[in-house]
Amino acid sequence: MRYLPLTPADRQAMLGTIGAPSIDDLFVDVPESARLSGPIAGLPMHASELAVERHMTALARKNLAAGEAPFFLGAGAYRHHVPASVDHLIQRGEFLTAYTPYQPEIAQGTLQMMFEFQSQIARLLGCDVANASMYDGSTACWEAISMARRVTKRGKAILSGGLHPHYVSVAKTMARFTGDQLVTGVPTLSPEPDTLDLINAIDADTSCVVVQYPDILGRIEDMSALAEACHAKKALLIAVVTEPVALGAIKAPGEMGADIVVGEGQSLGVGLQFGGPYVGLFACSEKLVRQMPGRLCGETVDASGKRGFVLTLSTREQHIRREKATSNICTSSVLCALAMSVHMTLLGEKGLRQLAELNHVGASAAADRLAEVDGVELVTDRFFNEFTLKLSKEARPAVRQLADKGILAGVSLGRLYPGVEALQNGLVVAVTETTTEEDVETLASALEEVLA
Amino acid sequence: MSTINPSGWRPTTPSGGSETAEGTFTGNRALMLEEALIFEIGSTDTTGVDFGEAPAGKSRLAGMERSKAIGLPGLSEPETVRHYTRLSRQNYAIDLGLFPLGSCTMKHNPRLNERMARLPGFADIHPLQPVDTVQGALEAIDQLAHWLTTLTGMQAVAMSPKAGAHGELCGVLAIRAALDAKGETARRIMLVPESAHGTNPATAAFAGFAVEDIPATPEGRVDVAALKARLGPDIAGVMITNPNTCGLFEPDLKDISDAVHAAGGYVYCDGANFNAIVGRVRPGDLGVDAMHINLHKTFSTPHGGGGPGSGPVVLSAALAPYAPLPFVEKTADGYRLVEEENAEEHHAGTFGRMTAFHGQMGMFTRALTYILSHGADGLRQVAEDSVLNANYVLRAMEDVLDAPFAKTGPCMHEAIFSDKGLPEGFSTLDIAKGLIDEGYHPMTVYFPLVVHGAMLVEPTETESKAALDQFIGAFRNVATKAKQGEAALKSAPHFAPRRRLDETLAARKPLLAYKDAAPAEAAE
Repeated sequence: MRYLPLTPADRQAMLGTIGAPSIDDLFVDVPESARLSGPIAGLPMHASELAVERHMTALARKNLAAGEAPFFLGAGAYRHHVPASVDHLIQRGEFLTAYTPYQPEIAQGTLQMMFEFQSQIARLLGCDVANASMYDGSTACWEAISMARRVTKRGKAILSGGLHPHYVSVAKTMARFTGDQLVTGVPTLSPEPDTLDLINAIDADTSCVVVQYPDILGRIEDMSALAEACHAKKALLIAVVTEPVALGAIKAPGEMGADIVVGEGQSLGVGLQFGGPYVGLFACSEKLVRQMPGRLCGETVDASGKRGFVLTLSTREQHIRREKATSNICTSSVLCALAMSVHMTLLGEKGLRQLAELNHVGASAAADRLAEVDGVELVTDRFFNEFTLKLSKEARPAVRQLADKGILAGVSLGRLYPGVEALQNGLVVAVTETTTEEDVETLASALEEVLA
Repeated sequence: MSTINPSGWRPTTPSGGSETAEGTFTGNRALMLEEALIFEIGSTDTTGVDFGEAPAGKSRLAGMERSKAIGLPGLSEPETVRHYTRLSRQNYAIDLGLFPLGSCTMKHNPRLNERMARLPGFADIHPLQPVDTVQGALEAIDQLAHWLTTLTGMQAVAMSPKAGAHGELCGVLAIRAALDAKGETARRIMLVPESAHGTNPATAAFAGFAVEDIPATPEGRVDVAALKARLGPDIAGVMITNPNTCGLFEPDLKDISDAVHAAGGYVYCDGANFNAIVGRVRPGDLGVDAMHINLHKTFSTPHGGGGPGSGPVVLSAALAPYAPLPFVEKTADGYRLVEEENAEEHHAGTFGRMTAFHGQMGMFTRALTYILSHGADGLRQVAEDSVLNANYVLRAMEDVLDAPFAKTGPCMHEAIFSDKGLPEGFSTLDIAKGLIDEGYHPMTVYFPLVVHGAMLVEPTETESKAALDQFIGAFRNVATKAKQGEAALKSAPHFAPRRRLDETLAARKPLLAYKDAAPAEAAE
């Protein structure tokens, strides 16, 4: 077996040194009845690299890759071009095969990268500080709600109808066990999000209001008034960003008064990967930092006075605080954070703004073109790179039909909100720099046929 | 040899050289390269990506434009590659050497895994594509699920948890959901052995359980009598790590499971140490109800400096009905996803969704690649070699370091030592830092809490005998220095990119983001 360096002779020699007659003697603590006498029946034996590659390639070929089709899906995961050097750098063995940096003297590479990532994310989201990443956007969102409860000592969270339904679903699951009260809703097919309803719903028991920006339908809404309303009632405003590229074009949630900003960083550097692994973003104001979940890297000095970085404020964490920790999170998503950080470094502010503009202009033109199709109405009037169309028939079967034509047309609201009658004709379409005019034309003419 | 050498070149022979080098202009020391922060070397006007000019078009941002500077520095591509390459060289990694971090299973990460995960059919598919365009992905998940349930002898597996602790949460929530379904709301105490990972009590608390400690015996096992004595109508279950964090198999787990079940509770097994028993023992045969599997430990997906992980949870028949959404089901016409919309019909007892989308697909493809490479025979050999390597280290070290459980028998995949017998003023930390100077990442230190000054060494099966012998030599050398009270060890490491870092300062005055003020206005 190519990954196991011990030879039969080594094994014999080592057993001799140990003083065990056979390998079975090292498993003496396993009760007789639980010992397996040989390889488990019904499973294949070891295989060559070539054989495994054939098997996996055959599985991969059964999928329609985004790059092989006109592609318009978003709704929390976006397809962007990732520069070649990103993937090269994250495959450096010193990053790829390192552990959590518990021994800082020999982990400054990861630690400095974390510090840079935290700094980049804080600036991007418009906050004072960010952590070294969470599992993904949906779990970061729940952690933020949980944190708001700790900070305000109140148990009612108000979730906007524009929040990604999977994120709502995760929060509902967790709240069922923690006893948090959640107020939730679904979006309506209108240009206006539910900001006024949210403001009216805030009361003295409210720990936080959670809004997505841009929201699940692609809408962009200024949250300054909402932030003020939250603060007037001593509640926190949590903003969720699932498309960080947008923040190269539109105001950061932190600028508008959000207290905690969480998000999904996948769209920069990480790739689609069928939903994971992704990288959860978590940022907040300096005064809340001790209630933050997850790993934090901080600057310090070493014994000779040189600048260095360490994991810090670990008294919040499970390995020190055990059942009193702010979260049970241990592993984060450092390699994905590295990919995101490298991509942001390559872009810089100038590149990020250019990328965002390309996305916006492309999406705006695509929206105009698609709205020309008979039976298509553009719902959103203010958006970044994702917008919602109202079709003359149910969108889910239409998406299905379009897939048969080799077009991945977008995310139907029927998929996201299966039981909600009023949303069945909604189609959420994302356009990025990877989308060509030809792709848009192909979608437009195919929609023409499907809706005819 | 040519006689003509007009350049003046001669083969060199070092001469003299007892003098110490002065500081260098750069702060570098040959291949040990210092690297500034991107905020110090980059600029907001620099980009390493070429974009075509954006065509003129209609803006639909309507007053939401980000006019203030963001303050994100950029580097050109060559500078970017150099920056991160230089940073990478300040890290220790499995690719550089043995990484004996106990309970973390730092084994070789095969590069075939990386190649397979990057096939466009896996890497470039969207989680919300119509399911008939992602049948291969669902099939891959189903194949991995089949391996995991078969290797563990369990009924079902929840694939979506994002990492080990998230998997623990999944298992504990399944227990909570099962109790709630039976109306057993009085069972709100989770028993957790003292030696458990910190995530266990943190998870139980997060799921709404009170945590009670179960003591360990002097032999490093769960105190079965104490555990049984605590069982009763208020006990939800027990969270046990097997092999445990002392590197020992819990021989009484089946007995414990039977007692817990008889008392109406459930058994959660922390599967962090599954590497020691994969292919040799099925946790299902020991009465376990739920166990997470760290794909980044046993199944070689890379740790990446602290994630991403992946923590599928195998479940017994008793807990399977409560498994989270989504999951993949094989039907007559292909694979389908069971999600919120069809859960009522297929999976009414589910406790809900733990994460957006379907879990860590990129880790599934890597783990499946690894599993297919090893096969049933190779995985069994993994367990055997990991246990053999750990026992080899244990026996090679027990005359220089206190090995508290070595007398009672073999260890599993990791060997534990204590600080007993070190002279006044010398600690486990000094041995750890001394190992850094020997070119190794230290073992896990001060964990588990039940052993004073614990040093937990897990060599894994991917180390050769020669690699182990060299590590043992280094470990003995450092341990001997500590025992002899060699003062220089107190200030180790001496040769790493940094000396010991001031963690107290970092915590007292947290500096968590680069502070240079960003320019006031962005260029329009």
